[in-house]
Amino acid sequence: MQKNTITGIEGNSQSRYYNQNKIWTKPFIIAIVVVISLAVLSLFIGVYDVRGQEDGMEMFFITRVPRTIALMLTGAALAMAGLVMQLITQNRLVEPTTTGTFEWAGLGLLFVYLLFPAPTIALRMTGAVIFSFVGTMIFFLFLRRVRLRSSLIVPIIGLMLGAVISSISTFLGLFFRMTQVIESWFVGSFTGVQVGRYEYLWIIVIITILVFIYANRLTLAGLGEDVATSVGVNYKALILLANGLIAVAVGVVAAVIGNLPFLGLIVPNIVSMIRGDDLRSNLPWVCLIGMGTITFCDLVSRTIIMPFEVPVSLILGTVGSVVFITILLRDRKARRLK
Amino acid sequence: MIKIHNARKTYAEKVKIGPLDIEIPKAGFTSLIGPNGAGKSTTLLMIGRLLNMDEGQIKVANMDVSSTKSNDLAKIVTILRQENHFVTRLTVRQLAGFGRFPYSKGRLTREDEEIISKYIDFLDLTDLEHRYLDELSGGQKQRAYVAMVLCQETEYVLLDEPLNNLDVARSVQMMQYLRHVADEFGRTILTVMHDINFAAKYSDKICAMKDGQISAFGTVEEVMNPDLLTDIFETEIEIMHGPYGPLAVY
Repeated sequence: MQKNTITGIEGNSQSRYYNQNKIWTKPFIIAIVVVISLAVLSLFIGVYDVRGQEDGMEMFFITRVPRTIALMLTGAALAMAGLVMQLITQNRLVEPTTTGTFEWAGLGLLFVYLLFPAPTIALRMTGAVIFSFVGTMIFFLFLRRVRLRSSLIVPIIGLMLGAVISSISTFLGLFFRMTQVIESWFVGSFTGVQVGRYEYLWIIVIITILVFIYANRLTLAGLGEDVATSVGVNYKALILLANGLIAVAVGVVAAVIGNLPFLGLIVPNIVSMIRGDDLRSNLPWVCLIGMGTITFCDLVSRTIIMPFEVPVSLILGTVGSVVFITILLRDRKARRLK
Repeated sequence: MIKIHNARKTYAEKVKIGPLDIEIPKAGFTSLIGPNGAGKSTTLLMIGRLLNMDEGQIKVANMDVSSTKSNDLAKIVTILRQENHFVTRLTVRQLAGFGRFPYSKGRLTREDEEIISKYIDFLDLTDLEHRYLDELSGGQKQRAYVAMVLCQETEYVLLDEPLNNLDVARSVQMMQYLRHVADEFGRTILTVMHDINFAAKYSDKICAMKDGQISAFGTVEEVMNPDLLTDIFETEIEIMHGPYGPLAVY
């Protein structure tokens, strides 16, 4: 009887190095090539012929380059925000639009417009970040208070909360005659991106670095408060920090681009299915697939009714809801099998 | 040594735990038993600093659990609660690796990898080490979490109902592993147990609790007393002498 407990030790105790997940694998390099090709396509597709016209080069650097950079940064930001949210709530169905974070950011923007006649981007951004921080915090505190029986209830509550917040925004907008602000915000689009209007998005690079530094702690948070505390992580401080990172990422995107649904849901779920939940080794993938997805959707939105543009949030919403439903169905199937 | 002095926790007017005063010696295997709501898990959680006490003091290896830095405590004491509902998609080896977090903050060294391998082999998880947790059975998952806790290489290991959801064979296996951890690795193990007979067979000492108080603390022979157990569980309990020691019959 005692035998089976002891065999293990003598079995093979030579050291193995399996935890170092390699990043530069073949699939990753292929993914990089794909994303770069999408970026190049994005640079050269458009109504304005940058190669034929005399001031083509100028236009190229005023609109095309900023737009492509903005796409890349936004894609990475939202995919990451979704991933971090999913880890700290331990729920695969949350992301900035299913928790109301984006709606809070929108309300913040509106408040800035109400308080300051012609707000700068910096001001708008600050408003959006503060409001999304407060909103997300309220949502998390709510989740901690109530033990929810089904993981499906979480995004439903988030969507409801979001709907309440956005109807407050709409009411305020109508009341103070600022409906254009809301409308242009509700449908996120990269149409207006040009030199001088997108530079704040570079803040996302800092967010990415911070997420990478705290990657292991965030993965531990995904194992629950007890496990994280038991290995010495300051859970409460970590949640606060994660919240801050999410709020900044979402706030910046909300102020510069607008509402972009579902990106934070699609990307992390796909990555998790294939590569598991180890944040540190997944982060490059999450950023990359986020960039690729949004660039692809933007390309579709630009070409589908050329010479006009469909807002990219429409395309994202369509693709995203299909993926969302697929995840729901997969989830149910898995549970039934158990 | 785990020293609990005057520790109290009040949930509601009628649900009070403590004041608790007990000294659990270093090394060996101690089980906490008692009826539901006796305060076993609360006591364990307070020792493992997962729950703040309202009053009193708990010291583990002379470190005050309420004032010592969490990361320093993580090298002395570890606590594992009943199985998590949300299953993170980590591999067994990745999970075990997080047990090294207090030392390496996730940047695993060669030494860390050797320690991880050691405990994965010990718990017979070698063939499963690259499987994701959501692909494992309940017993395997439990072993993976135990591997993580052991990788932390703490003097004190606290386990809340480690046999929860395990069948007889898996329970026996888990208890053998834990007994081995106490004997060969010299760790101090403190568990909350529901099955009196499992506790009696594998523990060195048993601490019985009722209504938020410690009713008895002593060796297996001392606590496996029909009058004492009948009183604690409010059920007729007799003690038989089986081939492996005292056996509670109810």
